[in-house]
Amino acid sequence: MIDFTFTEEQEMFRKAAREFAETQVAPHIDEMEKTGEVSDAVVKALGEAEMMAITIPEEYGGLGLGYTERLIAVEEISRVSVATGMMLQVFALGIEPIVKFGSEELKKKYLPGLAKGEKLSTTAVTEATGGSDPTGIRSAYKKEGDNFILNGRKCFITNSHIADTITVLAKDEENPKAFCAFVLDKDMAGWKATHKEHKVGMRGCNTGELAFENCEIPATQLLGEEGKGLRVTMAAIGDVGRGGMVGVALGLQAACLEESIKFANERILYGKPIAALQTIQNKLADLKIDLEAGRLLGYRAAAMQDKGQRSSNEFAVAKYYTTEACQRAAKMAVDIHGGYGCMEEYAVSRYLRDSYVVGPSAGTSDIMKVIIGRWVLS
Amino acid sequence: MLNIVVCVKAVPDPKEACNIKIDPNTKTLLRCDVPMVLNPLDKNAMEAALQLKAKFEARISVLSMGPPEAGNIVKECLALGADQGFLLTDPAFGGADAYATAFTLAKGIEKIGSYDVIFCGMASSDGSTEWVGPEIATFLDLPVVTLVKEIVDCDGASWKVKASVENGYRLMQVELPAVLTVTRELNTPRTLSFSGIIKARKKEIEQWGVDELGVARETVGLKGSPTIVSELHAQEENKRQAEMISGTRDEKADLLVQKLVDAGVL
Repeated sequence: MIDFTFTEEQEMFRKAAREFAETQVAPHIDEMEKTGEVSDAVVKALGEAEMMAITIPEEYGGLGLGYTERLIAVEEISRVSVATGMMLQVFALGIEPIVKFGSEELKKKYLPGLAKGEKLSTTAVTEATGGSDPTGIRSAYKKEGDNFILNGRKCFITNSHIADTITVLAKDEENPKAFCAFVLDKDMAGWKATHKEHKVGMRGCNTGELAFENCEIPATQLLGEEGKGLRVTMAAIGDVGRGGMVGVALGLQAACLEESIKFANERILYGKPIAALQTIQNKLADLKIDLEAGRLLGYRAAAMQDKGQRSSNEFAVAKYYTTEACQRAAKMAVDIHGGYGCMEEYAVSRYLRDSYVVGPSAGTSDIMKVIIGRWVLS
Repeated sequence: MLNIVVCVKAVPDPKEACNIKIDPNTKTLLRCDVPMVLNPLDKNAMEAALQLKAKFEARISVLSMGPPEAGNIVKECLALGADQGFLLTDPAFGGADAYATAFTLAKGIEKIGSYDVIFCGMASSDGSTEWVGPEIATFLDLPVVTLVKEIVDCDGASWKVKASVENGYRLMQVELPAVLTVTRELNTPRTLSFSGIIKARKKEIEQWGVDELGVARETVGLKGSPTIVSELHAQEENKRQAEMISGTRDEKADLLVQKLVDAGVL
């Protein structure tokens, strides 16, 4: 029989992540919501709690844990703060290409600092002309001696203004079918973070644009083989990006259910808590069904990933289901709260705003269906 | 080397208190639907031990009595930084009152062998007798200070601690070895860390039953308990009532203040 239970140790990781989120992240949410800025205290705490180190191998200063543990951590942190969960999930997007495709020199150079949270990372693929379809990007490089010269712009980049290290995808100026993925340092000349976005939700998670102007990149900064960079970034986005968004969505779903139960037990109508009304119970049941189904899809995909199996299609299914479900959950949670759901002092109004940013991140639902459609037809 | 023993207990999660039911026949708590967690005040006891370990060369032994599942909370303490864990588990230990619990724990401490200071939470969140710590001290013939809210001086074999009393504290001097029961004011317990959990993989929990402790079955568990719970009642659900206050703004404010005074709130 298939064992669907978490190990005792995984349960302890969940407890650790939950305690961390409730004690170290929750106190900063109001400030993040008010300013829309990243909380330095939260970033520092994430580093101290080794949240960036989860999937980094032990020989490079990481914890050497698996994707199931990462999903647990992202879910629990997102349960408290979707913005923080998103920030954390994208740190891993910047880390994964170095772990999987970086040279030994690059691993030694970057991973120990990233594991400790002393350095922050992100990945930059999306542009105005391509994100879900990365072949449509226009940022381009040309080779000059041993160096690459990069020009272009990236948009909707999470952690754009706080990252010290970015993995960037660009195409060959002369060969539109050849792509390279590079790892860039903040102190390298020729690139900078420019416009900061003001999103409807996930306030406190930085999103913005990056500009590259004759950015000179030594060949040693290349990730994977020259011309095969698409594989590098797709591997990161397909498994780690989608997997991370599943964690973010599951955390949000869990938060919606918990707040709804709490409110339904407190709010008195017709002389009794509204939880006694069938119409409310029906909504709570829907929230629970979606959460359970999403967890089964997400953790199954993570378990496959931990076994070294290809899981990007399974994560596409889980990503579609959970990010759609978190939008349903947030709407239902607001509905259950009635007029209170429209007031900012109730967390569910934040959940609703956040849910609409979760949807398109790491690929819209429509793109997930394109991927799933190709999968079933292949 | 300072040898520290921390006594911990698995209790029903206080956050799930509303889901705890009572078996009307056996008068015991039905715990199947409620997760068991480390007793909140025992976290303060663990934190006290960990802070001492950061200051001195020390070894922390964690000791608990309970069913095999209570091993989870011992493991949690190992993940927090304890060096070794012991679980006293045997069907014969079931149904123990505070006296029999303290007796069994004292036997466990004797078997551990080396102890300079024994920390206990002031009380458990389920039983709340506050007796176990002092009774352990009695069985081991050790001095005890209850309700410790601050360790003022812990250099040497004579410690100074502040013990809470109503509206203040007593400054106590105590000779080691001793039992200290701690309050939540003593410290802010640290949270679990991922690396701590990984380090705990290598730490084994030793399990001891009646035979390993060398105690007679009549002296432990329900048989060794001089007290029995004759009745146990769930707290009646609070029936919330709302009263609307009408009048002008000032009238409503005056009336509200008067009602709060009458209710003893102000």
